[in-house]
Order: sequence, then structure tokens, then C-alpha cells
Amino acid sequence: MMTPDEAQPAGGQPRPTPLRAVHERLGATMTGFAGWLMPLRYGSEIAEHRAVRSAAGLFDLSHMGEIAVTGPGADAALDYALTGHMSALKPGRARYTMICAPDGGVLDDLIVYRLADTEFLVVANAANTAAVATALRERAAGYPAQVDDKTSDYALIAIQGPHAGRILQSLTDTGLDQVRYYAGQPAVVAGREVLLARTGYTGEDGFELFTRPGDAEPVWMALTRAGEADGLVPAGLAARDTLRLEAGMPLYGNELDPDVTPFDAGLGRVVVFDKPGDFVGRAALAERAAATPRRALTGLTVGSRRVPRHGYQVLWDGQPRGTVTSGAPSPTLGVPIAMAYLDPGTAQLAAEETAGTRLAVDIRGSAEPARLTDLPFYHRPR
Amino acid sequence: MTNPAELRYTAEHEWVAVDGPVASVGITDYAQRALGDVVYVSVPAPGTRVTAGEPCGEVESTKSVSDIYSPVDGEITEVNGDVDEDPGLVNSDPYGAGWLMRVRLDDGAAEPAGLLTADQYAALTEEQE
Repeated sequence: MMTPDEAQPAGGQPRPTPLRAVHERLGATMTGFAGWLMPLRYGSEIAEHRAVRSAAGLFDLSHMGEIAVTGPGADAALDYALTGHMSALKPGRARYTMICAPDGGVLDDLIVYRLADTEFLVVANAANTAAVATALRERAAGYPAQVDDKTSDYALIAIQGPHAGRILQSLTDTGLDQVRYYAGQPAVVAGREVLLARTGYTGEDGFELFTRPGDAEPVWMALTRAGEADGLVPAGLAARDTLRLEAGMPLYGNELDPDVTPFDAGLGRVVVFDKPGDFVGRAALAERAAATPRRALTGLTVGSRRVPRHGYQVLWDGQPRGTVTSGAPSPTLGVPIAMAYLDPGTAQLAAEETAGTRLAVDIRGSAEPARLTDLPFYHRPR
Repeated sequence: MTNPAELRYTAEHEWVAVDGPVASVGITDYAQRALGDVVYVSVPAPGTRVTAGEPCGEVESTKSVSDIYSPVDGEITEVNGDVDEDPGLVNSDPYGAGWLMRVRLDDGAAEPAGLLTADQYAALTEEQE
């Protein structure tokens, strides 16, 4: 057999995060990801996934990009640069949004935190951070606003899962019950100043802590100790990927890229047309919003134990009608799951088909029957 | 985990235990660590002929799928039903309960050619790490 590392071309030397020593002590399997040296798993990624669903998991997300947009024109600049209505965001709140090319193609999906009236923090995917910073700088040029890539000033730690709140609460005086979903505010955790946000990428309740690089290890260790009795485990990128897939959340490079618009991905809600002024991509996106969709992002479950993977063809009566964007064995459902783009007509037919014999995924040369499944695959119990 | 000295290995990370006319085959500890959690293993049914160096099955893990190459020429006599029930055995005990298949060798008891010793295989995987 060929191991995954052998299948990947060797790139340059990946950049370690401020938590590298922690990962080494934990015996993590490390991997290069978007130029960073990241923990892929600490032990069993399925066990890590299950711990996040049933207890809590601790993630190093320091590869994510942090771009500060500041100044009296920061809100108007972001209204112009992004698809969302950023000037309407209240300080202390966050929003999921996108940055699009003039043709409407997605350059990145982002979380934007408004820290103060004139201060925003744009969190970008690691692979896109430099391009997003460049685009923001160009787009903000006519505004009294400054764009600074602050990625090196931050580490990012996420604690996710049903026990995340009570573990974190034991280390902070900030009342977490008062911190709403998609809120972000300064706080002190384990004696260190952080930006504390109730956001995540797992489908569970949880928090993300932006720390100074030198504070990352003490905060991580304090959370580890505080979570010991509550089943908190460190979790790597492998678990993060299956968690977000079950939660139906898109991953840039899989579901999102410059060839798709937010509408293709079923995320047209991030495009706000009734905001002040023009924004990059407006005309193209308005056209997409009015037109019939070119494709539909769908969920699939597969009957066999073989797993649909990124790039595999989806078949309808044996004919290619779409492509898998992400696929994995679902630890929660116990079957392989996938997200796929289908042509809209096929998606409609497949939704109405009850026999489950016409839709299939071409898994390395054999057509494995598949069923259309509503996204997300997993809803957390409330 | 050290690679057992009595086994033979392939550069593609399979191990072989030759016992008279029959060879047991599995994947190495290095391979299972590289793959992560194994969720499904597909090997040929008993009676199927396999050829050394040719793909004969696949291992599905959370992140990837990989071919299994037969290390020997022969005919499948047995597959490990326990691994079908619990693919995690490949992770927890790759050289024991996680064996994948047994092959009756074509050349009777003759030692299959071109396989690596434990030391040779260890040197190969050290290079890759």
C-alpha cells in the first residue's frame, strides 16, 4: 500500500504554531497543512471526534489568519470588500461572511468580529490569508481604514463540545451564559487576556480563544487540567474535518472555491444586497441570485462501507451528474457520508426517488448506491 | 512498536509470515500509524488468485484509501472475519489479530522472493520519517 504522506509531494518547511511543544509532548501525528505544521491526530481520530460530540475537545487552530481592519472607514470598507453587511454588526458580535471576486466566485469564507466601532478582526483560512489580506488592502484603498495581517500576533485555541462551557467557565469570571452564539469579546482566561468568542466548526457548542502567542501554552494547559474530569481530549485536524462534515459546514478548497458562488453552495444568505453602497461582486451575484441555480450542494449517504472521496463522480442511472466535494466515514452515523455538487435537475429527481437504486457514487470504478440526505447530517441535541 | 524479526516486509508496507505452504499477510505498524483509524478493509474472497506486486484489496481509513499489494503469488485460502467486524484491530494489533488474509503459495514451501527483512524495512521507514 502507499501511505498518505508518500502520496503527497514534499513542500517547503511548514511553520510551527506556538503550541508545537505541547503537540510534541502529546505525541501527536503532525502534518503539513496550508504551510503550517499542524496536529493531525493525537491518538485515534474517531475517539477524538466522539469526545467532541459527547464531552469536549481542545483544538489548536493557530494556522487560521487574523487580519485587523481598523479606522473610521473600516466598516464601510468591509461593506464594500465583503458580501455581508458589516457596518450593521454591533461591537462584540461576529458574522460568517465571504469575500468574492468581481465575477462572484468565492475567494474565502470568513468570520468577522467587530471588536469596537472602528476595529474589526477578519479570520481567514490559512491557505487564503495572504490573498485575503491583499484583496482587503486593495479594496480598502479609498477608505480611511488600515488593513494589517496580524496572524503572527495570535494563537487560536478552540474548546468544543457539550462540556466546553463548564470547563471554560471554571477559568474565567466572564459569565459564559451571557456570551451569545457568534459573539466575541475581551476576557481573562486562566489569568491571560484573550478574545473569547462563541464560535466553532464542529456542530457543537463551543468557544474560540484568540491569545497572544506566548499565552497559548499556559491557556492550553489550564484548559487541559480543568477539563480532565469532564472528558476533555486534544483533537486534531482529522477529527475537525469529520466533525464539520457531519455538521454540513463547507471547507474552502472542497465545497468553496473561485468557481462557485455563495448561491451554488446554498449559502446565498451571506450575500446582503440591501446594504449601503456597492460591493465587489454585486452585479454578478445579483445575476446568480435571480437565475436558476447551476448546481446544488447536497448531502449523500452511501450504502457500502467504501467511502466517497473528494473528486469522485456522482452517477444518476450510470451517467455522471455531479462531483463529491468531501467524504468520510461518519463516526456518529456509522456510514460513509459526503457532500457533493449535483446538477439541479438530478438533485430534484434524487430527492423524489424512493427506491434508492438510481443514484450512486463511482468509487474507484464501481457504482455504489447512494441516497440524498438533508444537510446537516448531524444536529446537536438541545 | 518494533517490527517482528521473524516476518518479511514489502516496500509498500505489507508484512508476510510464511508458515510452510501458507503465508499470512497484513499491513505494518508504520502503515497503520500513517493511515490513522482503519474503518474498512477489502481483500479478495477465498479461492481468488493473487500476484506478487499487484493490488489485491484496499484499506479505507478516515482520511484516505490505499491499495493493498499482494506480497506473494498464490491463492487466497482465508480472510480475517474479525477485521471485517472490527477494522480497528488493524490499528491495535497490526501483526497479530489485525492480520488480513492467508495465501497458499504457488511454489510450495519456497521462500517468496524480493521481500525485506525487519532491519531492511526499518531502514526504509526511517528514511521516510
